[in-house]
Amino acid sequence: MTRMGVLATQGNVDENIAASRAALGQSGTAVRVMSAADVDAVDALVIPGGESTAIGPLSEASGAMAAIRRRAESDSMPILGICAGLVLMASPAQAGPGPERLGLLDVDVERNAHGRQRVSFEADVALPSLGIDSLRGAFIRAPAIARTGAGVEVLANLRGRAVAVRQDTLVGVTFHAELAGHALHAAFARVAAGAL
Amino acid sequence: MIPLPAAPRGGREAGPDGQARGTPLLKRGFAHMLKGGVVMDVTTAEQAQVAERAGAVSVMVLDKLPSDVRKAGGVARTASVRAIREIMGSVTVPVMAKCRIGHAGEAAVLAEADVDMIDESEVLTPADGAHHIWKWGYDTPFVNGARSLGEALRRIEEGASMIRTKGEPGTGDVAEAITHMRAVSDGIRQVRAMLEDGDSQALVAASRELGASYELVEQVARLGRLPVVNFAAGGVATPADAAHLMSMGCDGIFVGSGIFKADDALERARAVVLATTFWRDPARVLEAQGMVDERGSMAGLDGASMGPRMQERGPQ
Repeated sequence: MTRMGVLATQGNVDENIAASRAALGQSGTAVRVMSAADVDAVDALVIPGGESTAIGPLSEASGAMAAIRRRAESDSMPILGICAGLVLMASPAQAGPGPERLGLLDVDVERNAHGRQRVSFEADVALPSLGIDSLRGAFIRAPAIARTGAGVEVLANLRGRAVAVRQDTLVGVTFHAELAGHALHAAFARVAAGAL
Repeated sequence: MIPLPAAPRGGREAGPDGQARGTPLLKRGFAHMLKGGVVMDVTTAEQAQVAERAGAVSVMVLDKLPSDVRKAGGVARTASVRAIREIMGSVTVPVMAKCRIGHAGEAAVLAEADVDMIDESEVLTPADGAHHIWKWGYDTPFVNGARSLGEALRRIEEGASMIRTKGEPGTGDVAEAITHMRAVSDGIRQVRAMLEDGDSQALVAASRELGASYELVEQVARLGRLPVVNFAAGGVATPADAAHLMSMGCDGIFVGSGIFKADDALERARAVVLATTFWRDPARVLEAQGMVDERGSMAGLDGASMGPRMQERGPQ
């Protein structure tokens, strides 16, 4: 049984719980995660989209950020970061003020890289190494991955730019895959179970 | 998965690059990212920065805060383009702005200025007594106010990607927002009961009464909630106000005059965000409420007994 947590500080929490439940079926459960104790009670974690400037400081205040960092470093807790979740997992911002970051994933991420909401877009994304031929990605005020470190595998490109990455059991995507399906969550559940 | 309209409306089909813009998925999806958060009314770049530092998920640009709109009288219009641009340049969170009800010209200006969401708002002077803006054709998402389920559904059928209660803006009196949130929830519970009873004729009669299509009413009955994100707004002044509304099932909070008309804006902004985030935890809400001083709350107006009410303006 996989116990999947969804960081519930702020953002698109319910859809990630629903997508995780649909992906896990009888093989696990999905629960909201708010506190450090909640983080300690799950096997894997989804950090959903939302505003990283709200999720970061509020999750620091609740103790969840420190617990996530500890679990990721000490027992390799698998984490899926979506949009703002990817921003929070990435290396600290190179310049200018930014939200608190976990610094777990060796990538540089630029927030709102495509522009404002009006230019948000939908596109089909293939993640062949996760066994996903195509899923509908929603790039909503999406970030961009500006640099990937040596130990980081690029899972998907769109127009020549990385939009999904993996570093061991950490997966980060710039797009929303929970708004129109649960294929990514199913693949992440397999990563979390050590099957992918 | 998020609920989408049965018939595809608005948005542009994928071009040669395979990318589609302005679709209901993108517009409704944008509102989903605000959930569990606080959107704060601001009039200046300084206020916007205070809001962002306090953890607001978005700021709403107005020319005057609602309580000043009340005091000033006259016609309230969309904010200056210059102020909107300054604010867009000063924060990284999404920026919303208000246009007058039915004023597609103001909406087009805001869309072209690249605001992230447009609030077709009763806080400004309604421009069209018969029609709201037809919102499906815009790539920019809209939020509309509603006092009841029927009003919410009529706005969704016009293309609103998000709903908020109207409440009674600029009063510091949360009572009207509570009434409107309950009215929407009660309406949803009633149509849900009809669906569970298999009473299709009652659902048809209900949709006529609600002034919305059967398909949408049936979708709401099936989901047990609106098919779009639903925030509380209008009269929120304290952390406890925000926590109470969250406990009633709203997805997040708009705060208008409550923050920047108070004497302790930054602390109050932080406190309202904390109470909205941790509303399930009474100790945290107490901590948040303890950060504000009731002597610093806006004096307020009694929403029920005041004269002309903003919530009654414009087509319903």
